[in-house]
Amino acid sequence: MTTKSRSRTVLAASVAAATFAAACSGAGAGGGDDTGTVTIATVANPQMQDIEKLTSEFEKQHPDIDVRFVTLPENELRDKVTQDIATESGQFDIVTIGTYETPIWAENGWLTSLDEYASDPAYDVDDLLPPVRDALSFEDSLYAVPFYGESSFLMYRKDLFAKAGLEMPDQPTWQQVAEFAEKLHDPENDVAGICLRGLPGWGEVLAPLNTVILTFGGQWFDESWNAKLTSPETKRAVEFYVDLVRDYGERGAPNAGFSECLTATGQGNAAMWVDATVAAASLEDEKTSKVAGKMGYVPAPTVRTDHAGWLWAWSLAIPETSQQKDAAWEFVSWATSKEYHKLVGEELGWTRVPPGARASTYEIPEYQAAASAFAEPTLEAIENVDVNQPGLHEQPWTGVQYVSIPEFQDLGTRVSQEISAAIAGQQSVDEALAKAQRMAEETAQEGGYQE
Amino acid sequence: MTTSTLPAAAPRGRREARPKPTARERWRLRGPLLPALVLTILLTQVPLLGTVFYSLRSRNLLRPESDEFAGLANYGTVLGDEYFRNAVVNTLILTASTVVLSMALGIAFAVLLDKKFLGRGVVRTLLITPFLVMPAAAALLWKHAMFNPLFGMLNWALSVVGIGKVDWVSTFPMPSLVLMLVWQWTPFMMLIVLAGLQSQSTEILEAAKVDGAGPWDTFRRITLPHLRRFIELAILLGSIFIVQTFDPIFLITQGGPGQATTNLPFAIYQTTFRAFEVGEAAAAGVIVVIGTIVIATFALRVISSLFQEET
Amino acid sequence: MATAMAPPRADVPAAGRTGGAQRRSRRIEPGSVVTGVLAWVAAVVMFFPVLWMFVTGFKQEAQAATDPPTWWFTPTLEQFEAILGRNFTPYLLNSLMATVGSTVLVILLATPAAYALSLAPVGRWKDSLFFFISTRMMPPVAIILPLYIIANDIGMLDNITMLSLIYTVMNLPIAVWMIRSFLLELPKEVLEAARVDGASFGTEIRRIILPMIAPGLAATALICFIFAWNEFFFAVSMTATNAATVPVFLTGFVTSEGLFLARLSAAATMAALPVILAGWVAQKWLVRGLSLGAVK
Repeated sequence: MTTKSRSRTVLAASVAAATFAAACSGAGAGGGDDTGTVTIATVANPQMQDIEKLTSEFEKQHPDIDVRFVTLPENELRDKVTQDIATESGQFDIVTIGTYETPIWAENGWLTSLDEYASDPAYDVDDLLPPVRDALSFEDSLYAVPFYGESSFLMYRKDLFAKAGLEMPDQPTWQQVAEFAEKLHDPENDVAGICLRGLPGWGEVLAPLNTVILTFGGQWFDESWNAKLTSPETKRAVEFYVDLVRDYGERGAPNAGFSECLTATGQGNAAMWVDATVAAASLEDEKTSKVAGKMGYVPAPTVRTDHAGWLWAWSLAIPETSQQKDAAWEFVSWATSKEYHKLVGEELGWTRVPPGARASTYEIPEYQAAASAFAEPTLEAIENVDVNQPGLHEQPWTGVQYVSIPEFQDLGTRVSQEISAAIAGQQSVDEALAKAQRMAEETAQEGGYQE
Repeated sequence: MTTSTLPAAAPRGRREARPKPTARERWRLRGPLLPALVLTILLTQVPLLGTVFYSLRSRNLLRPESDEFAGLANYGTVLGDEYFRNAVVNTLILTASTVVLSMALGIAFAVLLDKKFLGRGVVRTLLITPFLVMPAAAALLWKHAMFNPLFGMLNWALSVVGIGKVDWVSTFPMPSLVLMLVWQWTPFMMLIVLAGLQSQSTEILEAAKVDGAGPWDTFRRITLPHLRRFIELAILLGSIFIVQTFDPIFLITQGGPGQATTNLPFAIYQTTFRAFEVGEAAAAGVIVVIGTIVIATFALRVISSLFQEET
Repeated sequence: MATAMAPPRADVPAAGRTGGAQRRSRRIEPGSVVTGVLAWVAAVVMFFPVLWMFVTGFKQEAQAATDPPTWWFTPTLEQFEAILGRNFTPYLLNSLMATVGSTVLVILLATPAAYALSLAPVGRWKDSLFFFISTRMMPPVAIILPLYIIANDIGMLDNITMLSLIYTVMNLPIAVWMIRSFLLELPKEVLEAARVDGASFGTEIRRIILPMIAPGLAATALICFIFAWNEFFFAVSMTATNAATVPVFLTGFVTSEGLFLARLSAAATMAALPVILAGWVAQKWLVRGLSLGAVK
């Protein structure tokens, strides 16, 4: 008797549990797939985390829209978003992409044109910085709007320079930077001469490295898409970069990307850092940074070109597959509006306002005051970028630190892994570049670029 | 102490006695099996057919217009690709070293645990814990708290004996991964070997002692042969799981530096979800499945014989 | 080798093998001190990373990443609170649903299947048995893309039911093998007796078999729970927001803030704790499950 009833109870309980499990489609961060839920995939940079914090303000204004965040590190974000877009899964209503993806994906018909939405006078689309806006357009149509824009520059510790009796020129060369790094490198006290990215990923190590390649006179492909990764100029540039980071760079360099260098520099573990202009806002934030007020900013080091900054804009786009385009735009326009910039300034501090997106931001008195150290260098760096010919040679694509073909996502990642291995000392630069050259040549052939 | 199963099954089945079951009877017997079988086929064999289909097409998801029949071209590309050949080698190195080392440690720990000492239950509990920790959590833990060149515990332990700071993951990528995996899999090996040790007949061991055999001789001549089947089983099952290692590679090294730690699962993942070379990834997948079938056939024969011997 | 010190075998019965023998030998052997020390050292070394994770979770960030390591500090719950504040609960619920849902389903499907492969064997039962286990040997990456596309086509991407079904299939082979081994252990006499009593087919299963293998089913469920809770690859590939589980939470939040070690440790502790506790409680079943029921 007892056994019978017990086993029945067990069965009944199991069935109930199974039904329960089957009936639920998941606990999601906002609960269910009701209309008005907007899912955004975004990159785990400080500015993006700010937006997550301030979203309650947006939801207050739009009680019918519920915003859900998927925040991932850069490499994983790219995997996930590309996977979602390319298979047309429609899991995201807003994706965070850059200047590289936007024109390619727009051409594939994966993104919603924002022209109509953005023509709303309240949005003031003409206020967006022209180089950034151009980079986010395809055939004169806007497909993404910048959350923040960036170039690259050299950040350095004024206090350490003064202590060592060094002076930073207005426009340093890479050779000078290498000398400074040698003098300032102090591993005993956990201060690296320079922090440079070494983390694999085309958006990680390749971004600064490619600006070095360009200013040394090297290139990825020539005008007829012949791979040039073993050319003497390219080789010299890569050797320079790898030696510099190996000799005077941060510990664990092969695994250090933007976030790691930001932490290292912010904690006072690096004397110089060449990276995105956007980093300055975090370094000048007294709440998280130990070096606020101690940093100086000069243009990215050059060798044979006049300027050597990159151009990038983390931007918000709406996939064609989104079922919530109107609600998505509500959020996108809010997050890239003048109003949002003010909100960040008032709530989180003026240094944290997303830079490099809107011209009007640079006219806000509070921002000018708070960001005086880096606002001007940032704007200048962005304006100096020539996306059509950033190096010495003409190139058959638009873009600085990447090659604007769909295959670059894979090619760049694989090449970056080889470079990273060279930084780790697993192979020589020659070996890494020989492999990279083979891959690049293969890509150009298979993609049908070499006609 | 082990249970036997395969050979015992037939005689026990009561309906086996009947000479020839009718069709209806056969379906009644199959009934209980079908739901599990159908679901398994739906979620494993149907996608596998999909993989075979994709492997015959030249498709890159990033170029929507690229989808066309390609015959066996993808297989040629994959087999000729340095990237995949390197991944095969890495997979073998990773699996073999992890299995061998964790088995050696597992035997040592099991021998210790087979003895009586103060707090044995606690020691056993502590020793099995690494296997229970969520692999993703374990990988992140090792990456940041153990391997970190600045404040990782490994370097701290080395500094105690006077060795300077090592950037583990960059300098010794494969050994670092093996170290973490050995930590994770030793409990698995240990548990199975321990069960083997505890199933030894005490009489034989007593007899050996009476005959004047030393402890080492006894271990080598009696215990090890007795353990053989358990060790084989543990190696076999361990290999099946360790070949599929993905979490720590994804989370600690991302296959790098270079391709130093790219194993097959990670290589296929990367080809599928980073390059979106669906055709090549699928071809690689099919090759791996064929390889698995070959090894599995062999492995299943061993398993099957193990189960029989245990009767 | 530690065996060099091995005391007479009869004095060292295995745990739980013969309770009486254990009680007989209370005296401590000289060799057992050495064994004990060695075993404790091994245990401490193996357990240390877990302990360190646990301890670090109670630190302030400034104490977490230091060289040399910080050993003494005032514990704080700050990190745990921060994680719960970061919307951790939905991930936890998803993990629970996927794990419990799949485990229940596995038991419901595997029990009859195991029955049909043991006590009342179908034709070619051996083939079916090996078919199941061969699916467990197939690397998941080989089928992930079609699975992803199928799930997308039927609108079940990023869906907990789908994830539960995948985990069900992932654990079915282990469960079928394991439950089968329990079924084959049932004493023949009991089954015979039931049949002589004229018990019907259904009654036989419900009244005789199920109660007798209930502990075995519990052991099987435990193993399935462990594998499903810890699963990472499918979770990271097949979910985004609605159905993302705890391991996905760990990667999403951790890699971006790699150096926030204390918070990472707190998150990892919370993620790993359920299975660690379950495994500790149910140690004696572990080996059987891990060996597909082959080793008791």
